[in-house]
Amino acid sequence: MIVFSAVEKRYDDHVVLSELDFTVSAGEHVCLIGPSGSGKTTILRLLMTLEAADGGTIHVGGECLTHMLRGGRLVPADEKHVREVRKRIGMVFQQFNLFPNMTVRGNLVEAPTRVLGLSGDEANARAVELLELVGLSEKIDAHPTRLSGGQQQRVAIARALAMRPDVLLLDEVTSALDPELVAGVLTLLRDIGERTDITILCVTHEMGFAQDFAHRVLMFDGGRVIEDAPPSKLFAQPDHQRTRDFLRAVIDRA
Amino acid sequence: MPVPSSVLAAAAPVWDWGYALEVLPDLLRALVVTIEITLLGSALAMALGLVIAVLRRARIPVLDQVVWAFVEVVRSTPLLVQIFFLFIVAPRFGLTLSAFLVGVLALGVHYACYTSEVYRAGIDAVPRGQWEAATALSLPHSRTWTAVILPQALPRVLPALGNYVISMFKEVPLLLAIGVVEVVNAAREAGSQTFRFVEPYTIAGLLFLALSYPASMLVRRLERRVGTV
Amino acid sequence: MPDNLPRIVAVLLDGLPSTVIAAVGGIALTIVLSFAAGLSLLARRRAVRVLARIYVEGFRGTSEVVQLFWIYFVLPVLVGLQLVPLYAGVLVLGLNHGAYGAEIVRGAVQSVPRAQYEGCTALGLSPAQRMRRVILPQAVVEMLPPFNNLCIQLLKSTAILSLITVADVTRQGVQVLIPNFGPDTELIFAVMAVVYLVLALLITAVMRVAERVAARRVGRRPTRAARGSTVTPAGAR
Repeated sequence: MIVFSAVEKRYDDHVVLSELDFTVSAGEHVCLIGPSGSGKTTILRLLMTLEAADGGTIHVGGECLTHMLRGGRLVPADEKHVREVRKRIGMVFQQFNLFPNMTVRGNLVEAPTRVLGLSGDEANARAVELLELVGLSEKIDAHPTRLSGGQQQRVAIARALAMRPDVLLLDEVTSALDPELVAGVLTLLRDIGERTDITILCVTHEMGFAQDFAHRVLMFDGGRVIEDAPPSKLFAQPDHQRTRDFLRAVIDRA
Repeated sequence: MPVPSSVLAAAAPVWDWGYALEVLPDLLRALVVTIEITLLGSALAMALGLVIAVLRRARIPVLDQVVWAFVEVVRSTPLLVQIFFLFIVAPRFGLTLSAFLVGVLALGVHYACYTSEVYRAGIDAVPRGQWEAATALSLPHSRTWTAVILPQALPRVLPALGNYVISMFKEVPLLLAIGVVEVVNAAREAGSQTFRFVEPYTIAGLLFLALSYPASMLVRRLERRVGTV
Repeated sequence: MPDNLPRIVAVLLDGLPSTVIAAVGGIALTIVLSFAAGLSLLARRRAVRVLARIYVEGFRGTSEVVQLFWIYFVLPVLVGLQLVPLYAGVLVLGLNHGAYGAEIVRGAVQSVPRAQYEGCTALGLSPAQRMRRVILPQAVVEMLPPFNNLCIQLLKSTAILSLITVADVTRQGVQVLIPNFGPDTELIFAVMAVVYLVLALLITAVMRVAERVAARRVGRRPTRAARGSTVTPAGAR
């Protein structure tokens, strides 16, 4: 479903990702872990085309995100091409990024009607259904600013799902939440993981969640994948000293 | 206009109430003209300023530099010179405008260069995450602007725009230089017929104070409600 | 190069002394009035605060052209004091912009953290010492960028002096040059614009130096505005 090959990303002189290769199969749940600054979030931002790669190619569902064919040659993707591929990808942000000038309903129907061309009724039905899934049916006409952080993040998850994406990107979705609200959001994500066959890429510091949610865990360090294993293996018997150090540090903090 | 009694009096009082009442209607009529110019000029400044702000954000090569230079020149040269420029140069290109219209255009364009900066600050104040969320939802560019960014940016810029409307109102008298009969010009005309300037100019000042002081109080209240950029 | 350019420049530069005197005199008066009125707005005695408030709102609430005409045409009738046009202009420029500057001074002084006042009290400094030695040096750093805007606004306002017959750059251009060199109208306006742009850049350059000195005195790096490149940051009014 997702193929990174030789992807490179730099900010000025600072190399964030170098020669990065990895693949994710359809329906797989992959958690990205590692110290901050190791490039995990950058991977999600590249997939969402919020940033452009400096080298290499990224494919999503067989289509190239970074390049396109024009006259038989591969050229950097233009805005139109990127827009097309982007529709298959959804993202939930650390800070929710709900639109404060719209109600919860507005946030949920905006893109399905404007981008996918759904009718108002269809989009509304989707919104009602998804809010039920995330347990916020009664908040449909509330303003996002009136909701708690946990509720806002549930709405943001529903908003991403309303686009029926093939790939869902979760960027530290519980990091900005008060501790008592984290569990509810994680339970919701597990639920979504079980009920759907969406491919999910998830950057997280919640090791317990990674352990039971992920099919695979990728350990990042210095812009490279240093370990790639099922959670049962990676958390129990990591191959690398860096992984062991990282896990110990995270678990001590918790 | 009848000759006021004050001119005939040997020792006229410093302030003649009768004369003051006599000139008041003319000044009020001129005040209406002043307000008309302010409102039309403000509408132009607000619309054009927004266009400039959005245009500059698109960073189109060449056009961006041209707009930047234009804004800097307009903001660094006197409004009075710009009024003369439009009044004298436009007819040379076959564009004969009334003094009233020159006033509206000159004030509108001049203030657009200031309001564009206000809009820019307002747009910059919308968090990056809002742009990213719009991208993640594949919203088209135009929709991102009209449904997400501007609805959040505009309320915050209202107080600053309000202050510019008040500033513009107070700069309308510059148009007396090209013959627009706004408040100060009306006061001058009244005074030059009677050789008494105390009442007309004082009333002119009070008229400005009577409108702009309450208006600035309103803007301050608005500021407290929506914040500033 | 157009044949008349040297003559056009020469005639415009004849107006330069008036424009510069008006601007420099106006700025000097503005600074004095800004501090006097700005600190008065924070005075302990109510009467002082009220007087300062009346001055500030009175001049901010009325049009600069009205103020100019009032001082030039009305004041002589009331008190028998007829000012030379240029001096009347300097007086109005200073009074008007001083009212705006007063709010800048007040805001900057109020932006100095409470803890600084408490520190002074703990050291036993008198209110006057506190203001002069501790509060003002910090406040001045905050004041300078808005003062830069204010000075450029004042420079642009000097053009209104042409309305009371001061032979400044604007009057030289519009009243002397254009009637005589009609075909070169666009050129005349372009040269006038350049003159004002150069003067604005000069003001900004001087203020940048002042900002750097003031920032260094309080051990701070220059603010963003001080390092920016625009000629005129957002309007001062």
